[in-house]
Amino acid sequence: MTAVANTAHIFRREFMHYFVTPIAYIVIAIFLILTGWFFFSTFFLYSQADLRNFYSLLPIIFSFIIPMITMRLFSEEYNVGSYETLVTMPVTDRDIILGKFFAALAFIAVMLLPTIGYAISVSFLGELDWGPVVGGYIGALLLGAAFSAVGLFSSALTKNQIIAFIIGMIICFSLTMIDKILFFLPESMLGFFQFIGADYHFGNVSRGILDTRDTLYFVSIVFVALYGTFLVLQEKK
Amino acid sequence: MIEISGLTRYYGDLCALDHISLTIEKGKILGLLGPNGAGKTTAMRILTGYLAPTEGTVTVKGHSIDGGILEIKKLIGYLPESAPLYQDMLVYDYLQYVADIREMPKEGREGKIREIAAICGLESVMHRSVHELSKGFKQRVGLAHAMMSDPEILILDEPTAGLDPNQIAEIRDIIKKIGREKTVILSTHILSEVEATCDRVVIINQGRIVADGSTEELKRTTTEDYAISLLLKGAPEGEAKELFAGLDGVASVDASGEDGMMRLRLSCRTGDDLREQVYSRVKTKDWALLELTRESKSLESIFSELTQEKEG
Repeated sequence: MTAVANTAHIFRREFMHYFVTPIAYIVIAIFLILTGWFFFSTFFLYSQADLRNFYSLLPIIFSFIIPMITMRLFSEEYNVGSYETLVTMPVTDRDIILGKFFAALAFIAVMLLPTIGYAISVSFLGELDWGPVVGGYIGALLLGAAFSAVGLFSSALTKNQIIAFIIGMIICFSLTMIDKILFFLPESMLGFFQFIGADYHFGNVSRGILDTRDTLYFVSIVFVALYGTFLVLQEKK
Repeated sequence: MIEISGLTRYYGDLCALDHISLTIEKGKILGLLGPNGAGKTTAMRILTGYLAPTEGTVTVKGHSIDGGILEIKKLIGYLPESAPLYQDMLVYDYLQYVADIREMPKEGREGKIREIAAICGLESVMHRSVHELSKGFKQRVGLAHAMMSDPEILILDEPTAGLDPNQIAEIRDIIKKIGREKTVILSTHILSEVEATCDRVVIINQGRIVADGSTEELKRTTTEDYAISLLLKGAPEGEAKELFAGLDGVASVDASGEDGMMRLRLSCRTGDDLREQVYSRVKTKDWALLELTRESKSLESIFSELTQEKEG
């Protein structure tokens, strides 16, 4: 019970922190400008009332945006030294990791919120099938969760936020692009790398197919990255 | 209350703590004293669960640090060196956050926070952001952070570092006040601080305990009981040294001086007061005596004695 309460306290502090500094507003603005511009600049060429193009942008954009959101979670605390005050309070590493992780995820949800406006404007232009839209948002949150966990992990590695950002971005970008980068491999192996790639699974979910395999994929990435974070924190002791 | 045994910690090849054993009783103020890099902070960090020991055990009120660390953290309020706090929070919000994590009951919490803020002199800055505060106020917020939820043990790492003399006096008063009911462990390299606040002193050097006892006990253990300082005019150095070295109870004589003035320091090893005899010896010569004072044995000299002989 106290573990849940402590996770909640840390979550609240971290989540509020996003909004006391200008970073949150800058990140949200960048996100909306990028997605809005890329999505609507080609939208009328297809003359199809769906959000598929918007969703297909997300893995790449998230690869850059999410490490920006997560880079400070541990790095800043190491740098200021407040990590010591945090760890020596009666909380466990698990409380700290989960609190910070959910704060990042909640921030991503807030960041996605205005994009519902895209769906609404599209629905005025044509018959919008809301099924894939809902599926797309679920997929976006799963993808966001996986990338946040990766970002949190890279932030736990270093006290330099820039390095945390770059490491996080490289891992997320690789997860997104792995099957495209390795196009020269034989088909049988490509299937394997496709399965590792986040883009493939996200594509399934955003088409409205909520398969357990895809869900499991994202959940496993979250688990592996958070467990990795836990090991890094242990190593620091 | 706190049992430390065989505590050892390595950073890579560097040994920061070397088999330290210590028992700390309830309701005492213990001063951890040592030069920079002696291992004070490392010891405190292990006690508070920030670092894990390479070897050895620590038990606090029956809880061991491996396994019971969460329980130990609940018992301990910790002020890390230079009070690293969240920079962007308001002082009031920060204290609320700490109260949340430390599970302070909601009813009566406001009053309690106000009370701690009053003790630490924070009333005027409650609605300022931490990064706007001066070093002294940050230190006090750190102290308030440590005192939240009335922990039984307070661990303060260099609580007065970087403060001005008035602030130091204030913080010391606060610590003394707290020390009447609680166990306080504080580290410092300022000796007067230990003399002013602590019931017991543990001197650490190069990861080992080199002395342990009350300040009075420590003063008794060393090679000097007190010193007599003289300022003479017109005295040749060799003759003067010879004159006083012959006195019973004088262990050594140090001389320094210029322009016909000479300062002598007689290190005395005796219970008797030698000032009278020193004066009568000066009288036999044609020297002018400008000063004659007795200096009680200072912790400074004990400290340098204990921490320097090992290095040589």
